[in-house]
Formats: sequence, structure tokens, C-alpha cells
Amino acid sequence: MTAQEPEARRLPRARRRAPAHWLGLVLVGVIVAAGLVSFVWTPYALSDMAGGRLAPPSAAHWAGTDRLGRDVFTQLMIGARIALVVGCGAVAIGGAIGIAVGVLAAFATRFADDALAAVFDILIAFPTLLIAMLVVAAREEASLGTAILALGIGLSPIVGRVTRILTKRVLSKDYITAARVSGTGWPAIVLWHILPNIAPFLGVNLALQFGLAVMAEASLSYLGLGTPPPNASWGRMLQEAQGTVYTAPWGALLPGLALFSLVIGVNLLADALRDRFDPAGRDS
Amino acid sequence: MAALLDVRNLSLATAGARLIHDLSFAIAPGERFGLIGESGSGKSLTALAATGLLPRAIAAEGRITLAGTEVIGAPERRLAGLRGAAVATVFQEPLTALNPLMPLGRQIAGPVRRRLRREGRTPTRAAVAEEVRALLDQVRLPEPERLLDAYPHEVSGGQRQRVAIAMALACRPQLLIADEPTTALDVTTQAEIVALIRALVAEQNIALLFISHDLPVVGQLTERVMVIRHGRAVETGPAAEVLSRPREAYTQDLVAAARRFDKALEGRG
Ligand SMILES: Nc1ncnc2c1ncn2[C@@H]1O[C@H](COP(=O)(O)OP(=O)(O)OP(=O)(O)O)[C@@H](O)[C@H]1O
Ligand SMILES: [Mg+2]
Repeated sequence: MTAQEPEARRLPRARRRAPAHWLGLVLVGVIVAAGLVSFVWTPYALSDMAGGRLAPPSAAHWAGTDRLGRDVFTQLMIGARIALVVGCGAVAIGGAIGIAVGVLAAFATRFADDALAAVFDILIAFPTLLIAMLVVAAREEASLGTAILALGIGLSPIVGRVTRILTKRVLSKDYITAARVSGTGWPAIVLWHILPNIAPFLGVNLALQFGLAVMAEASLSYLGLGTPPPNASWGRMLQEAQGTVYTAPWGALLPGLALFSLVIGVNLLADALRDRFDPAGRDS
Repeated sequence: MAALLDVRNLSLATAGARLIHDLSFAIAPGERFGLIGESGSGKSLTALAATGLLPRAIAAEGRITLAGTEVIGAPERRLAGLRGAAVATVFQEPLTALNPLMPLGRQIAGPVRRRLRREGRTPTRAAVAEEVRALLDQVRLPEPERLLDAYPHEVSGGQRQRVAIAMALACRPQLLIADEPTTALDVTTQAEIVALIRALVAEQNIALLFISHDLPVVGQLTERVMVIRHGRAVETGPAAEVLSRPREAYTQDLVAAARRFDKALEGRG
């Protein structure tokens, strides 16, 4: 059993991965900082078009300007804020629904459990983006809130399925039987035994979902179903830059790079957190 | 006196197979009873049935009365009240029987808090901490300061089993079920844990259902034993009698095998 892995073998593994973990912290840290600073300061106003069209990066415009003459760096900062809000919001909604239903399914009678498992599988067969598009269509109006809700709902079956499987695995452990045989009630078992023990693995999955949500929002925006203008989500920036990708490549390259950095960074960070909060040092 | 645990004509079956056939035994308050059988004979299932914790896939027939309450078919709420108060269990593998992500002190505190509430006392921080200390002392755990904050993987197998025993004792049960509590431990630690269990059940007058396939250990610990094989009772009687003058061929084989094993050990030592 890996749980018995002696400390001597455990430490090098964490240490071996430390550089990657630091990279995750730096990537996410920079983006979070940019997002926070954007509330109080950006180089230009978002609607400021005085910069000249498609200007390359310079001292005045660190990341150049877009085809309307707006500062790209300003848009990237606002985009960081939007990406973080979308990621956190969608993961919070999808996580809450998915974890609740997943735990319930694991506890349910055989029939209800099978039914819920089938529902998860069917919903997962539809791409998250498609579910999100249907939700946006149903709400009839594109807004940041709608996009977050839509993505959260779209993610929930994936979280639900993972939660159900992880919970079942924990439920078969002796310490659950031991807790039950000493009279522990179900709420306490879920709170103290199940949630902490599925958290390290669930956390990694939620980080993946965060990345998916941010990318899906970019896709929604790219399709015109996400954050409405003038708000600059990275997806919208990509969409608007697509016509000028040869003449002004920075307009597409930089939001793409930001998106990529955030997704990678969050995953590395989740990995680090799992290593840190799983004292037994178990590998999944 | 009425039996504390009374199992009558218990049969357990899955959709495809019968696992326990018509098993009957009773344990009086304070009595130490041994359940002996080879791997897969149905010992653990019998113990689970007694606490009403059978997996859903297994159906039970017959009657089980625990502290005057009918277990088979009882609603979950009535069983939850019974567990802890009437019965607590120590399992074979102390590593998996403890929550890997919770410090040991908090794991012991859980059942302590529940028992204090059951007894109508307020589980204040100080009262719980004091009880946890007393329990660590009872199971002879050294360095309580370090152990309270340690995680299960940070202490030895014997120490983990002592923590598991402390958690069971924290419930102040009338019956302690010990399901092969020494199998996962080395020989020296085994002897210590057996001595500990014997001292504790005697001190606190707790009845014991001790499950094992280790005949000498069962002989040391229990007054009466039942031997089962393939889910059927083979022989029941006073421990001294069954283990020294077994009547059934199967029990004779078991006893002979145990003697050979002991001889082999002596020959080497
Ligand atoms: N959940 C289950 N579903 C179906 N069959 C089961 C289940 N649990 C146990 N069994 C079967 O019931 C029989 C008895 O199992 P049990 O765990 O009681 O054996 P045991 O005597 O405790 O053995 P060991 O000494 O190895 O612990 C075994 O043949 C086992 O395969
Ligand atoms: Mg067993």
C-alpha cells in the first residue's frame, strides 16, 4: 500500500516537484496580482482609443494596441480579473452542485445511485461548452453572470462523477465502518471523514475544471456568448485579434499566452496543495 | 441473566451464495467469547451482522438481539443509538481503521464527545481533553503530547492499534468486538495488545467477542469459543476444553496444526 510509504521516500518526491510548484505559484500569483491591480489602476482606460491602431509594443503601450487603438496591456489586466472571476465562480457553482449530488449518489440506494451515475455519464457526453451554450441561450442574454452560471452547470456532472467514485472508495474503508460502529451520524461522517479524504484528489480535479471553465469562457466570448463588450475577456481579445494575427501578432499571442499560463499555473498549484495537505503522502 | 448478544439461527446470503448457515451463540454481560475460523469462514460478517452494518448486498435471516434490541430489520436510527453504547469494534488493520487525514487526538475525541452527550454531560473542551488523556493512559500510550497531534502514518502499528482500542473504549461499550486485532502486528506487539485487551475488559467488565484464527491467543483471552467453517458452527464449548480436547475432526486438525507450529518455533529458538 502506498499509504505506508516511509517518510524517507515521500520527501524526495515533494522536493523533486518543488520547482514546478513554485512555477505554479508564480504564474497564478502574477495573474491574480494583475487582476487585483486592475481594480485600482490600469495604464489606460479600457475605452481609451487614442493610441493609434495596431501599434507594436512600445514604452507607451507595453503590449501594443488593438485595431481600435485600445491598449492591449490594459485589456490583459481586465481579462485577468474576468478569467479569475469566471474560473472561481464556475468552479464554486459546479463544485457545489457536483459534490452534493456526487456524495448523495454514493450514499443512495443501488437504484438511485445507478440512475445518477447514468445521468452523469450522459451529461458528460455533451461537451461542457455545449451545455453552457444551451444555458446561455435559455437565459436569452449574454452577461458575465450568465456565463459563470452556465459554465458551473456545465462542469457539475464531471465533478459529480468524480465525487461519487471517490466517496465510494472512502466509504469502503474500515475507518468509516469504525466510525459507524461507534455511533457516528452520517452528517459527521461526511464532514469529518469523507470530505477531507476526497479533498486532495477532488482539489486536483477542480483545478482542471478551473482551467476548463476559463478556456470555455474564452470560447463562449469568442462565439459572442460570453462577456459582452467593452469588457475585455481573453477569449474576446482572441476573437477580435483573429483578423490581424499576421500584421499584429501580439494581439492574439499575449491573451493566448495568459490563458495558457493561468491554466497551467492553477494545475501546478493544485498539485502542490495536494502534496502539502495529504500528510500520508499518498499517490493517486 | 439475559444474554448481552444473542444470535439465533443467523443465516447470511448474497444473491448468489449462502455465506452463513444457521449460526447460534450467546454472550453474557462481561463474558469473553472467542470466534475461531479460517480465512473466509464468515467471522467478520457475523460481527458486522451483530452491529447491523452488513453490506447492502447481503441479506440476513434469523434473530440477533443486542442489549435487548432486535438488530435485524431495525431502522438505522435505533441502531445508531445502540452502536457505541452497546457495542464498539476494533479492526484487524489499524492503519485503515483510522482516518489518515485526522490527528489521533481528534479521532479519539469524537467518540468521547458522543459518549459525554449520551451520558447527559456537556462535552466541553476541557472535559473531552481530560477524557482523551485518561484513555491514552489506559491503553499505555507513551508520549501523549506527540501522539495527540500525530497522524496515523506517523506512529507504529502497535501504537495505532492502541489508539483504535482507546477509541473503542471511549464509547464505554458493554460489548467489545475485536476482529483479529493482532493479525497485522509482529509477535511481540501481538502479545502486548492481547495483554492490554485482557486487562481492560477485566477492569471495566466489558464483554468481549474476540475473532481470530490464532488458537493460543484465543485460549489466553476467552472463556468460551465457537469454531466455524464455511459459515457453519463446527464446535462450541469452554475454551480450555475445545482447545485441549477438541471433539470434532476439524478442530482437532486446527489444534494439531497450531501445536506443530509452536514446536517448529521452539525448535528454532
Ligand atoms: N460484501 C460482500 N459481498 C459478498 N460476499 C462477501 C462480502 N463480504 C464478504 N463476503 C464473503 O463472505 C465470506 C466470509 O467473509 P468474512 O469477511 O466474514 O471472512 P472472515 O472469516 O472474516 O475471513 P478473514 O479471516 O480473512 O478476515 C467470504 O467468502 C467472502 O468472500
Ligand atoms: Mg475478517
